Amino acid sequence: MQPTLPPAMPGARSARLIACRDCDLLQYEVELENHADAHCVRCDNILYRGTRTNLNLMLALMLGCAVLMAASNLFPIAILEVQGVHVEATLFNTVLTVYDQGRPLVAALVLLTCILLPGLEIACMLYLLLPLYLGRIAPGTPAVFRLVLAIHPWSMMEIFLLGVLVTLVKLTDFASIIPGVSLWSFCALIVFFTMAASAFSVRDFWEWVELRGAVQDVQEIKESLP
Amino acid sequence: MRAVARDQLSSEPVMPSALAHGLASCHACGMLSRLGGHEHAHCPRCHARLHARKPDSISRTWALLILAYILYIPANILPILESRALLTAESNTIMSGILMFWETGSWMIAGLVFIASIVVPLTKLFALTWLLVSVQLRSRSRPYQRTQLYRMIDFIGRWSMLDIYVVALTVTLVQVGSLASIQVGSGALAFGAVVVVTMLAAHTFDPRLIWDAAGTQHD
Repeated sequence: MQPTLPPAMPGARSARLIACRDCDLLQYEVELENHADAHCVRCDNILYRGTRTNLNLMLALMLGCAVLMAASNLFPIAILEVQGVHVEATLFNTVLTVYDQGRPLVAALVLLTCILLPGLEIACMLYLLLPLYLGRIAPGTPAVFRLVLAIHPWSMMEIFLLGVLVTLVKLTDFASIIPGVSLWSFCALIVFFTMAASAFSVRDFWEWVELRGAVQDVQEIKESLP
Repeated sequence: MRAVARDQLSSEPVMPSALAHGLASCHACGMLSRLGGHEHAHCPRCHARLHARKPDSISRTWALLILAYILYIPANILPILESRALLTAESNTIMSGILMFWETGSWMIAGLVFIASIVVPLTKLFALTWLLVSVQLRSRSRPYQRTQLYRMIDFIGRWSMLDIYVVALTVTLVQVGSLASIQVGSGALAFGAVVVVTMLAAHTFDPRLIWDAAGTQHD
C-alpha cells in the first residue's frame, strides 16, 4: 500500500512537488525571490535556485569565456629566465613536455581537465544559449545539457591556476620568472567562468527553453491556419 | 530561504520519500516524474535515464574505493618528480616535496600542497569507507552529518589535482640542458589515478541510501 501524501504545508504557495536529490524527501516547492536558494528541510541540500541572471548576461559571460580561453591557450603562462636563456610554458607545451617524457596518461589528464573539457563545456553552453537568444531551441538540447552537467566537475582550470601560482613561487628562488599574458587572461577566465557557474540556474535554463518552445508552437499553429 | 520552515515539520511524523510514492527526481535536471513499471524510464524534460537510486551504488563505490586504496600506496612511495644531474640523482615523493617547501621557508605553500595532496585524498578515502560501512550496517545515527560529509568530499575532491599541475609546469619550465634533466616520476601517474578514481567513487555513492536506512524515525 502506498503511503498517502502529506497535505500542502501552510507556508507552501504551490502544489508542485520536488524530491531532494541527496535524501529523497518529497516536499512542496515554494516561490523564490531572486538570488535565493531553496534548501531541503531535512538535509539542507540546495533543491533549486532562484533567478540570479538572465539569458543575455549568461550569454555575455560565456562569449567572454570563449575569447579568454582562446587567449589563454595562445600565449605563454610564464617565462623562466636563467643566464639569458628563456623557457616558455604555454598550456599546450606543458602537455607536450609531459607526453615527451613518456607519461602519456598524465599528459592526457592535464589535456582533458585544462583544455579539452573546459573548451567543450564553453562550446556546449554557447551552442545552447545562442539559439535561445535568437528565439530558437538548439537541436539536441537535452543531450547537450546533460553533457554540460557531466563535464562540469572535470574541468579544473581554477585548480590549474592555483598550480601555476604554486609553481611560480617555488621557482622564483632558482630563477627569474616573468608572468606571461596567458596568466592574466587565465585569471580573468576563472573569474568569468566562476561567475557564470554560480549564476546558472538549471530551473531558469529550462524555463527559457520551455518559453521558446511555447512561442514556436503558437507560431506553427498560426502558420497552419488558413 | 527554506522550502518549508524546519519547525513546521518537527510535528509532522511522516518523512515521505519520493521512492515510497513511486516517484524519482531526474539526476540531471531535477524534474520529478513517476517511475513506470518498466525499467528504462527517461526524464520527460531532459531525457536522462531515471533511477530511484543510483544503480549498484554500494558495489560500484566499493570497487572504486578499493582501487583507490591500492593506488594510494605507489602514489606516495614512488617519486612524482625525478631530477638527474651529471653526478647526482634526486627524486621527490609527494611528502618530500612538501618538506622541501617547508625547509625553504615557504610555509604557506607547504601547507597548501599538504592539504591538497595528503589531507584531502586521505579524508576522501576514510570518509567514503565510513559512509559505505554505515549504510551497509543500516546505521540510523547522524544522517544529517553524514550527508554533509558526503557533500564536502564531493566538493573538495578535485583540488587534489594541484600537485599534478605543479609537477607538469615544473618539468616544462625547468629545462636545464643536456647535462641535467627534470622529469615527471611514475608516482604522478598513480596519484592522478587516485584523484580520478576517488572522484568517480564519490560520484557513484548515493547519499539517499543514508536516509533509506535512517528511515522515517528521525529526530
